[in-house]
Amino acid sequence: MSRFIVRRLFSMLGVLFAISVLTFLLFNALPNPALRLAGRFASAAQIAHINHQWGFDKPVYIRYFTIMKLVFTGKVISYDQQVNVDHELLQYLPVTVSLAIGAGIIWLSTGILFGVLSAWRAGRWLDRGLTVLALIGVSMPVFFLGALMSYYLGDKWGILPAGGYVKLQDDPAQWFVHMLMPWFALSVLFIGVYSRVLRSTILDTVNDDYVRTARAKGLTERQTMTRHVLRNSLIPIVTLFGLDFAAVIGGGAILTETVFNLHGIGQYAAQSVEALDIPPVLVITLFGAFVVVIIGAFVDILYAYLDPRIRL
Amino acid sequence: MSATGSTPASVIEESLPQEGWPAAGEDVPPGIGPYRLAWRRLRRNKVALAFGGLFLVIVILCLLAPVYAKHVAHTGPNTENVDTALNQFGVPLGPTWHAKYFLGADNVGRDVAVRLLYGGRNSLEIGFEATLITIVLATLLGVLSGYFRGPLDGFISRAFEVIWPYPVYLLGIVLGVVLEISGLDLGLFKIGGSSLLITALVIGVIYTPYVGKAIRGQVLGLREREFIDAARQQGLGNMRIMYEEVLPNVASTIIVFIPLVLANAILTEAGLSFLGAGVRPPNPSWGTMISEGINLLPSAIHTMLVPGIMLVLCVLGINVFGDGVRDALDPRAKIRIDH
Repeated sequence: MSRFIVRRLFSMLGVLFAISVLTFLLFNALPNPALRLAGRFASAAQIAHINHQWGFDKPVYIRYFTIMKLVFTGKVISYDQQVNVDHELLQYLPVTVSLAIGAGIIWLSTGILFGVLSAWRAGRWLDRGLTVLALIGVSMPVFFLGALMSYYLGDKWGILPAGGYVKLQDDPAQWFVHMLMPWFALSVLFIGVYSRVLRSTILDTVNDDYVRTARAKGLTERQTMTRHVLRNSLIPIVTLFGLDFAAVIGGGAILTETVFNLHGIGQYAAQSVEALDIPPVLVITLFGAFVVVIIGAFVDILYAYLDPRIRL
Repeated sequence: MSATGSTPASVIEESLPQEGWPAAGEDVPPGIGPYRLAWRRLRRNKVALAFGGLFLVIVILCLLAPVYAKHVAHTGPNTENVDTALNQFGVPLGPTWHAKYFLGADNVGRDVAVRLLYGGRNSLEIGFEATLITIVLATLLGVLSGYFRGPLDGFISRAFEVIWPYPVYLLGIVLGVVLEISGLDLGLFKIGGSSLLITALVIGVIYTPYVGKAIRGQVLGLREREFIDAARQQGLGNMRIMYEEVLPNVASTIIVFIPLVLANAILTEAGLSFLGAGVRPPNPSWGTMISEGINLLPSAIHTMLVPGIMLVLCVLGINVFGDGVRDALDPRAKIRIDH
């Protein structure tokens, strides 16, 4: 087990390094970066300072280390607002985490429920109904759904607040009410995907040998289903969940955050891109990919612990 | 697929590694090929066919956009008309029963129906181009890395692993912005920053690892099979084995991925355009139109509803049809999307 953990962590470090290089190269491809970083009203001295600070006057490999040092020591300054990007990121993080946790609970539980119901009633009306719902869910762009919800439920009928974020520590009830619509809007697509995946894995698993063994040794149908079929069918779902959850924390919920005006990491990225403010975009891109890789590695290790076959 | 019990026939069917074999209990005359069989199953799935038809109708309507603009609406997609299309408070016309402004006007008096069709051309064009890029790249890289294994596979798989973790929209807007500023110089030809091809390329590259990984996995299994050995014994070269023996065997996987990628590419285009990193205004696309409509919200909801409903119908058509195709061919295909 410890050998597996060490190996997995080393491969994680390799991927993280490769991602940092790729992200660097992406931004390195910008023509005249110092001008872009310095903003519209930069003086010649400012540009020279940037050139030096970001290593644009140095060879590429030194520039890579210069920029990574800036990012990881938290010294990147945005040029649009002249604020420290890492501080900003930490300030936006709780909003995104609130969104991810609430939505994650909703989409995982509902996705599993719908998937199980659908497999249980495969081919009947309940299954068909849930299939239709799932297909509509995966066809619904979240920003359109979000805009509809925010307009009708929020502005027009005034049932829920149309957008914005209230800090959890300020007012838990208002926090909850403000997050309800974003949670549901974000969950819809995932519920569609998860219920479909779970349905097909369950239907594949019921024909496996160990399920027949479980039946043969006299377990009741309910015991067979919960202890053997469902437990094994949940494996792909948990992998998916790890990745999707990480992607949302890493700023992947840009559309949801933008349409509900949640000042999270995704909206920060969107606003920075709109302002062509490069430093925050660089940091958020790195952050997003890193979160996904690191959480992915932890999910793998968790699995190896739960399922010894994976350690091989 | 049946949920109950396992008849001997379905056990045998499962142990057969090749897709497209007759399902348990299916009455099939001997000598019918897997694709004919899949087509027979698909033809029986009326719902899937109906939704495939819906998508086809949308494509044809969008292709006819210039005809509609010229002969029905008598106005272009970017023709502004503030005088008659807005009321005295500046609120645009809603849907009317006239040929002009059939679906209403937007805030500068452009005909929503005309823009919807022209926007659909852009959205669909990007969707099809991105799908083509994804499928070609993924097939090429997946087959090569699965067939040769070794260092080439190591390199390609690592490349997939490095692109995979970037959240889709984040990578999309970053690539979109970088390429928009710098344009793309591919040596032989240059793509300008505002070209639709940039957006298509970005989306196409983002989805390549999802499909490429699946194809690679399948090829890894195929290359150990006897018919590949047989082909090698006959003296066929690697290229010919890949083209004539491996490719036909991953074809059904590729076919299943096409609608999945197309639906996601169209949704991604809309999302990127919504964020301002896809199609640039005043050029219409469904994403930019929804985004413009949201900004007009309290007064003119049709400007958001019309492109939104069109987008959902189009993607739903592809998804339901694709679901039917998958049921007919039945390999496993999954794709991760986030938003």
